[in-house]
Amino acid sequence: MTRNMDLQKLKKNNEKKINFFISFLCLIIFLSFTFVNKGLSQANVPELDIDVTEGVVEPIPIAFPNFITRDFSSSLIASEISKIVKNDLLKTSLFRFITENTYISDVTSIDSPVRFADWRAINSDLLLVGNVSIINETITIKFRLWDVVGQNEIFKGVQFQGPSNSVRRIAHKISDLIYSGVTGEGNYFDTRIAFISERGPKNNRTKRLAIMDQDGANLNFLTNSDSIVLAPRFSPDARKILYTSYETGKPRVYLLNLVTGNLRSFPQLPGMTFAPRFSPDGKKIILSITDNGNTDIYTLNLENNSKKRLTKNVAIDTAPSFSPDGKFIVFESDRGGNQQIYVMPSNGGSAKRISFGNGRYGTPVWSPRGDMIAFTKMHKGNFHIGVMRKDGSQERLLTKAFIDEGPTWAPNGRIIMFFRETAGVNGAPSLYTIEVTGRNLRKIELSSFASDPSWSPLLN
Amino acid sequence: MKYQKIVMFIFILFTITNCSETNGLFGKSGGDGDPFANISQSSLDYFSNEIGDTILFKVNQSVIEPEYRDVLNSQASWIKEKSISSITIEGHADEQGTREYNLALGARRATAVRNYLVSQGIPESNLSVVTYGKERPLRICSEESCWSKNRRAITIIEGSNS
Repeated sequence: MTRNMDLQKLKKNNEKKINFFISFLCLIIFLSFTFVNKGLSQANVPELDIDVTEGVVEPIPIAFPNFITRDFSSSLIASEISKIVKNDLLKTSLFRFITENTYISDVTSIDSPVRFADWRAINSDLLLVGNVSIINETITIKFRLWDVVGQNEIFKGVQFQGPSNSVRRIAHKISDLIYSGVTGEGNYFDTRIAFISERGPKNNRTKRLAIMDQDGANLNFLTNSDSIVLAPRFSPDARKILYTSYETGKPRVYLLNLVTGNLRSFPQLPGMTFAPRFSPDGKKIILSITDNGNTDIYTLNLENNSKKRLTKNVAIDTAPSFSPDGKFIVFESDRGGNQQIYVMPSNGGSAKRISFGNGRYGTPVWSPRGDMIAFTKMHKGNFHIGVMRKDGSQERLLTKAFIDEGPTWAPNGRIIMFFRETAGVNGAPSLYTIEVTGRNLRKIELSSFASDPSWSPLLN
Repeated sequence: MKYQKIVMFIFILFTITNCSETNGLFGKSGGDGDPFANISQSSLDYFSNEIGDTILFKVNQSVIEPEYRDVLNSQASWIKEKSISSITIEGHADEQGTREYNLALGARRATAVRNYLVSQGIPESNLSVVTYGKERPLRICSEESCWSKNRRAITIIEGSNS
C-alpha cells in the first residue's frame, strides 16, 4: 500500500477512521510498567538525521498548539509530550509542523468549536489539540485530531492516564494514534529496541546487551562488557530477550526475563548454540546448534524442554525465523553451494529455496504482516538490506553499503531497522531505519557503536 | 605516529632476522634446550611462532590447504611430545559475511583443524573447538590483505599433564 498522503484519501477514509476511533472514546489506559524500570532516565530524545533517499512525499502540514494546562507542572509535561510527539512524527517524513507564531486562533478548550477558517488560512491540514492535568501524581491527557480541510474529527476525545514516569510512553501512544489515524498503517512508536552496544577498537570490541525506547531514550545496559554478546531477540510479549553470550567461553544461547531479571541457560543443548528466536506463541525457541562442526536448526520447547531437530545435513543451516502464523520457518543454508534463503514447514521437512538472484543471501526475517521476508544480501563486495515476497518473488534491495546487516521489522511491517558497519581500521556499526518502500533512511544517533537490533512488539 | 612506525619496522626487522637465525640453529642441532636458542622449544612462544599456531583459509572455505599440512603435522608432533592434554582450536572468519553464517563457518574451520589433529594421533577428548565468527579480527583493515589473515584457525595450548 503506497502512502498517498493527499487529503482526498484522508477524506475518503475519514468515515472509517472515525468509526475505528470511536472505540477509543474516553479510553483510559493505566500504563502499568512491566519493563525493567529501575534507573530509567528521562533523557532527551536524540536528534535524528533526515536523509530521504527516494520517492519524496510532500509532508502534511499539522498545527499543534501547546496542550492546554492549568499549572506549571502540567505545562512542563505538555511541552515534553509535544517534543516527543513532534520528534516521532517528523521521523516519518510524512508530517511537518506549522510554526506556532503564525497561529491565528487561540485554543482555550478542546471542546470548543474549531475555527477551521483560521487554521486553513495558515495552510494547516491537521489540527491537534489537547489538555494536560495532574491530580495526585496522576497525569491525564485528553486530545483530539481534526481534519481541517474536511472539517471533521479523525478521532475524538482520546484520554490517557498514567503515573508521572509514563510521560514518554503516553507521548508515543499519541504519536501512534496520529500516525495510524492519518496513514491507516499500524502503530509502532510505543516500542523498544534491544541491541548490542559496542565500544573500543575493531580488534578488541567490547559488546554489551542494551535496551532503549524506539526513539533512543531510556537506554539501559543489561550485561557488562566481560563477555561477547550477540543478536538479542524479543519475545512476542516483549518481556523476555533471547541472546547469545560467550560467558562460558563458547557461544551459548540465554533467555533473559526483563521483568524478573531471571537468566535461563540451556545446558541440555550440546555444542555451541546461537541465532535464537521465539516462536510466535512464545512457547518454543528456534536456534542453531553447532555440534561436531556441523550447524543445524533445532527447536526447544520452553515448557517441557523437548528438543527437535529440523534440519539434518552437512551444510550450514542457520538464522531461522518463524512466519507470524507459526506454520513456516525461513532460514539460510549453504546446502546448494552458497548462502541462500529457504522455507520449510515449522516441524521440519523438505525445504524450498526462495532466493535466486545473484550473490549470497542471509539473515531472513519474516515480516509481522506475514507477506514479506527481509534479508541481508551480499553481492559484488556490497551488502544490502532487501525484501522479497514469501515465495521469493518481487525482490527489492532497499540499501547498499560496505556492510548492511541484520534487518528487524517494526511491528507494523512498514519500517526495517538494521545495522550499517563502515569500512576500514576505524570501521564501526550504527543502527539505521528505512521504510519498506526504500525511502526515509535514517541513522539512530547513539553515544556508542551499535549492532544487532531487535524491534520489540507493541508494548502492552 | 611516524616515529612509532619506524620503531615497529625496526622491531619487525629484528624479529625476522632473529627468527631465521633461530630456525637455522634448530635446523642444525634440532635438540632441546639449545643454548643458542633464545626461545625454548618447550615454550608456548616456540609453538606459536616457530611451529605456527595459525592456518589460513580461502573465502567461505574450511578445507585445509596442502601448504598447511606441515604446520599441523608439526603441531601434532609437538603436542604429543609435550603430552599436552588440553587444546582449544579457535575458528575465525573475515568481516565479509553475516554474523550467524560466520559463526557457523568459524566452527567448520576449527573442526577441520581438530579433525586433522585427531588423524595425527591427538585424542579427540583433548581437543575442543570454539568459533568467534567475525568477532575477533586479527587485522582490522577492510581489504583482502587483512581479510586473508582473519580467515584463520588458531591452535591454543591450554595445559599439559606433565
